[in-house]
Amino acid sequence: MDTCKCSTQIRNLTVKKHDGVIIHDVSLDVHHGEILALIGRNGAGKTTLLKALLGRIPYTGSIVFHNSRGESIANPRIGYVPQNLVFDRSTPVTVGDMLCANMSGFPVWLGHKKEKLAQARRLLSTVGANPSLLGKRIGSLSGGEMQRVLLAFALDPKPDLLLLDEPVSAVDRKGIEVFYDLVTSMRAEHQMPIILVSHDLSHVEKYATRAALLDRTILVSGNVREVMKTPEVQEAFGLKLTGGVKQ
Amino acid sequence: MSGIYFLIDTILPFEWTEFAYMKNALLAVLLITPLFGLVGTMIVNNKMSFFSDALGHSALTGIAIGVLMGIDNYLISMMGFALLFALCISAVMDSGTSSADTIIGVFSSTGLALGIVLLSASGGFAKYSGYLIGDILTVQPAEIAMLAVILAAVVVIWYLFFNKLMLTSINADLAASKGINTRLTEKLFVVIVAVIVTVSIKWVGVLIINSLLVLPAAAARNLAKSMRSYHFIAVGISLFSGVSGLVASYYTGTAAGGTIVLIAAVIFFFSYFLNRMRAKA
Repeated sequence: MDTCKCSTQIRNLTVKKHDGVIIHDVSLDVHHGEILALIGRNGAGKTTLLKALLGRIPYTGSIVFHNSRGESIANPRIGYVPQNLVFDRSTPVTVGDMLCANMSGFPVWLGHKKEKLAQARRLLSTVGANPSLLGKRIGSLSGGEMQRVLLAFALDPKPDLLLLDEPVSAVDRKGIEVFYDLVTSMRAEHQMPIILVSHDLSHVEKYATRAALLDRTILVSGNVREVMKTPEVQEAFGLKLTGGVKQ
Repeated sequence: MSGIYFLIDTILPFEWTEFAYMKNALLAVLLITPLFGLVGTMIVNNKMSFFSDALGHSALTGIAIGVLMGIDNYLISMMGFALLFALCISAVMDSGTSSADTIIGVFSSTGLALGIVLLSASGGFAKYSGYLIGDILTVQPAEIAMLAVILAAVVVIWYLFFNKLMLTSINADLAASKGINTRLTEKLFVVIVAVIVTVSIKWVGVLIINSLLVLPAAAARNLAKSMRSYHFIAVGISLFSGVSGLVASYYTGTAAGGTIVLIAAVIFFFSYFLNRMRAKA
């Protein structure tokens, strides 16, 4: 019986930039089938940690990925839904172009294969987006539509790890719930490990299974409810009234 | 070659095709313009039009190095220098110390100035001033064959790597999450641009080569609804302005390169207003 359900093991991760230490000695485990909420104030290094996981910035320490059978994977497929995708809004790339370029080697400048388009359409309906978005330019999408397209993009091929960076910042209230329901079902159905970066503690409490408070390093981590009660989290989010005594 | 000439005579029995140099020029235009239309799409998408301009300027230094080294075929020294130049720009940009337009501006001026200084030192700049505006009418059959090989190679690369290139150009972090080596993809593209700019500079000229790369794609962007229409419109505009510019230059006695660019520019403004009107409607 396999006891370790580790997906991602981060050990002693340190990222330095221009002589400053951005994150220091971070060690963290993410398990299959769990939603780990990464919380912390602005500038605590959350996005930096995600970029290190994506291999976009140099770091010291180690990050090891495992699949659901416990075998280590050298080149994991990571589904990444960025907080706010920075791109040229006037680009003539359509949603269909973007999804098909990801799923198929057939060059999108020659068009799309029928079966790939059908697959993209199914993917869009899975994430609760209108399949008619396929023909739209990505620059013309609303925040909520873009968020779902990015999720669809992240989910195919099925990722070994899903990274969601504040996925709700540009989405309306109803969209938020749909989004989280979807993410929760991904976890349940596919045992997909998910790291969720969020500011909204009510969402974290409602949807995450574990939480880690980051402020340059991991201050506390563990079961969501327990982490929420710790003085570190209370203080970081101003939940505790810190002494009124003036010196 | 004679078979192709015969074909041109049969299909296009006009006064301007009677001369061998016009036939050669036509063939060269038919190869260069689709190449530029195709690659131009991603130059515009990646906001690299200033970069390709700098590469054109570096060609002058490449020629000067060729002259100093006593190489007869300047293409080798031009291409070598342009590749070095392009990878240097790209490396300095990666270091993130200054903004991209500043870095490219510095390199561009340096490439141009160094070329002028070296060429004027080695016996007068006037001898090489032809490279500034280029002359498509001087193209030789062997060079046409080389252009055909390059076009074929670029089409193959475009077929195999385009999706990666496009995803990288949308957002590098997103592309990297899919396991795309974004650095390598960007470098490959830079190398393609360096190669096509240097091989065509002799016929198109340092001053206007960039217009030919950027204008068709920029016009196509105003009209395109997807990546496919973007490419087909860009290549179409490029081919059309190339052939019509060549023919017009024959009858008006003007420089072919400039005439081609002017036609492409007219199409650009036309597409711009069409796009504006469509946006209002």
